Amino acid sequence: MEAGFSVLIGLFFAVGVYLMLSRHIVHILIGITILGNAVNMLIFTAGRLTREVPPVIPLELYVPAGPTANPLPQALVLTAIVISFSFFAFLLVLAFRTYQELGTDDVNEMRVAEPKGEALPPQGY
Amino acid sequence: MAGPSVSVDLSAAMQTVPVQLADWLVVAPSILTIVGGMLCLMSRKNIALAPKLGLFFLGLLVISNLLLLAEVLKRGVITMVMGNWLPPFGIAFTVDALGATLALVAAIVAFAAGLYASITIDNSGRRYGFYPFLLLLMTGVNGAFLTGDVFNLYVWFEVLLISSYGLLVLGNDRIQLDGTVKYGILNLIGTNLFLIATGLLYGQLGTLNMADITMKVQESGVSGPLMTIAVLYFLAFTMKAAAFPVNFWLPSSYHTPRIVVAAVFAGLLTKVGIYALLRILVMLMPAARAELADVIAWVAALTMLTGVIGALAQSDVRRLLGYLVISGIGSMLAGIAMGSVLALSGTVFYAVHSILVMTALYMAAGLMAAMAGSYDLRRLGGLYGASPVLAGVFLVLALAVAGLPPFSGFWPKVMLVDAALTLGWNWLAASILVTGFLTSLAVGRVWIYAFWRGGPEGTVDGGSVSLPGGGVLLAGAGGQSTAAVWVPIGILTALIVLFGLQPEWMMEVSSRGASGLIDPVGYLRSVFGGGA
Repeated sequence: MEAGFSVLIGLFFAVGVYLMLSRHIVHILIGITILGNAVNMLIFTAGRLTREVPPVIPLELYVPAGPTANPLPQALVLTAIVISFSFFAFLLVLAFRTYQELGTDDVNEMRVAEPKGEALPPQGY
Repeated sequence: MAGPSVSVDLSAAMQTVPVQLADWLVVAPSILTIVGGMLCLMSRKNIALAPKLGLFFLGLLVISNLLLLAEVLKRGVITMVMGNWLPPFGIAFTVDALGATLALVAAIVAFAAGLYASITIDNSGRRYGFYPFLLLLMTGVNGAFLTGDVFNLYVWFEVLLISSYGLLVLGNDRIQLDGTVKYGILNLIGTNLFLIATGLLYGQLGTLNMADITMKVQESGVSGPLMTIAVLYFLAFTMKAAAFPVNFWLPSSYHTPRIVVAAVFAGLLTKVGIYALLRILVMLMPAARAELADVIAWVAALTMLTGVIGALAQSDVRRLLGYLVISGIGSMLAGIAMGSVLALSGTVFYAVHSILVMTALYMAAGLMAAMAGSYDLRRLGGLYGASPVLAGVFLVLALAVAGLPPFSGFWPKVMLVDAALTLGWNWLAASILVTGFLTSLAVGRVWIYAFWRGGPEGTVDGGSVSLPGGGVLLAGAGGQSTAAVWVPIGILTALIVLFGLQPEWMMEVSSRGASGLIDPVGYLRSVFGGGA
């Protein structure tokens, strides 16, 4: 199953990177979300996939009866999902505010911080 | 709970003895800043209280980190595990001389910035949460320096990143929004790369504890997948550290926020990336670092040279300083490329020096703009007449950043060049020296134009002008004394002069940190007990 997932993750990465190469902030942000999900699936798959055996220890035992699904990647992915979601929310608001202020979402035209054709510093001493 | 009545030996997985009081110092920085940030956030409408509360907790942070460093120097590496789960099961905080030193310097810089901000950040900036953001930024920075777990390191990176977004847009100007979009997106991609590498590393080794990873990598040697992971980490952290060619977020954003925010960022953020490189590449995967040494050296040389050439081409003082931050990163990377104890000590010393000097330079630039009304070299001038003290301080800082004696920048450069010549990296030594020369040209020009000449462009020779003053820096500081901007610059400059004149102590601490990275016996013993 890991092999199938690897192909899927590869597709997610490809789509994410393709969208991030766009000049439009909206596309870039969607690309980042997809990239984030690709990373989450990657962590999940890297922890090896085990179906239908939840990591629950039976009441009468101290250790699991047999091999179970690995709970650690799930905890890591949960952390990563929360973080990437909150970042996405922030960047979405930021992109909208920037669009309001600058009137464009084309990164080539976003030159307020680094205007084109700035004067050179004074020459000589 | 009806369980079988067998006895289970908990001591194999859990710490059973109570934690020593001194060990709490390991997590104290994170706790202090989170609690302080929370209190500041709750009282953020109370603009008179905000700076007092913020400075109180930043002061506590300095004291706590000072005690922590003293404890580490006395006892060696200290480990504290969360929830008493022994490593590699629980998350461990492991502090060595390197982490504790950087945490202390970071705390001092944050305190200085908090003080500087108390009159340079206006009321609306306070209301929108400058102090909560600064404290939470310090949570992330300290956590990153002190943690002993790779995934935990990622979490602290995200904590500092989200706080830095808040600080960067504080003020909501058009230029800030533009800068933050670029900073935000590129840094988020950088941390995603970090997360990818961490996921793959876990898949490869099945552990996230740094000490455990170190041992497992030592046993298994370098394999193809491990090399890939090392390269991914290298890319992610050089992106964070703003090394060429993945540094375009820095020059497009660092000149946009309030000057004190730029000062904190220039001091701290890129150095966290360097710290992570030292920890992951040098300590965890030494063999992979050796394989990558040539690549790192090229990146280092290109970073320092493109950085300083960028600085030469700027007329805005803040942008010029942003390029000097990049240039300094190159020198630190050079030490990582060489990898000997001397070279790595040079990197650590340089990081400490760079944190202090870049913050101080941005703060001094803020004062210059407050007096002359502009950051543009063409419009600056006559500042020597306005404030000879500032001229003197700026000259000290300029010589320090260029690596000239007798200031703190000189010694790490000596160590790096010495290491390069010993190991036969002659071209790397040459590029460090050329960079130093070009840096002195760049900052020397700022000093000559801003301080030495009589007035801005167009002033006749020998004439002088009265400066517009006021406006930019001290907005909303009605009638307060300006001590709050002079004291932080004074503290930082004093440290720079002190480390320049008395470098032995800092050299010894850096060399302890560096040898702990190359031969992490103490680190492993602290995490796993006497057996390792």
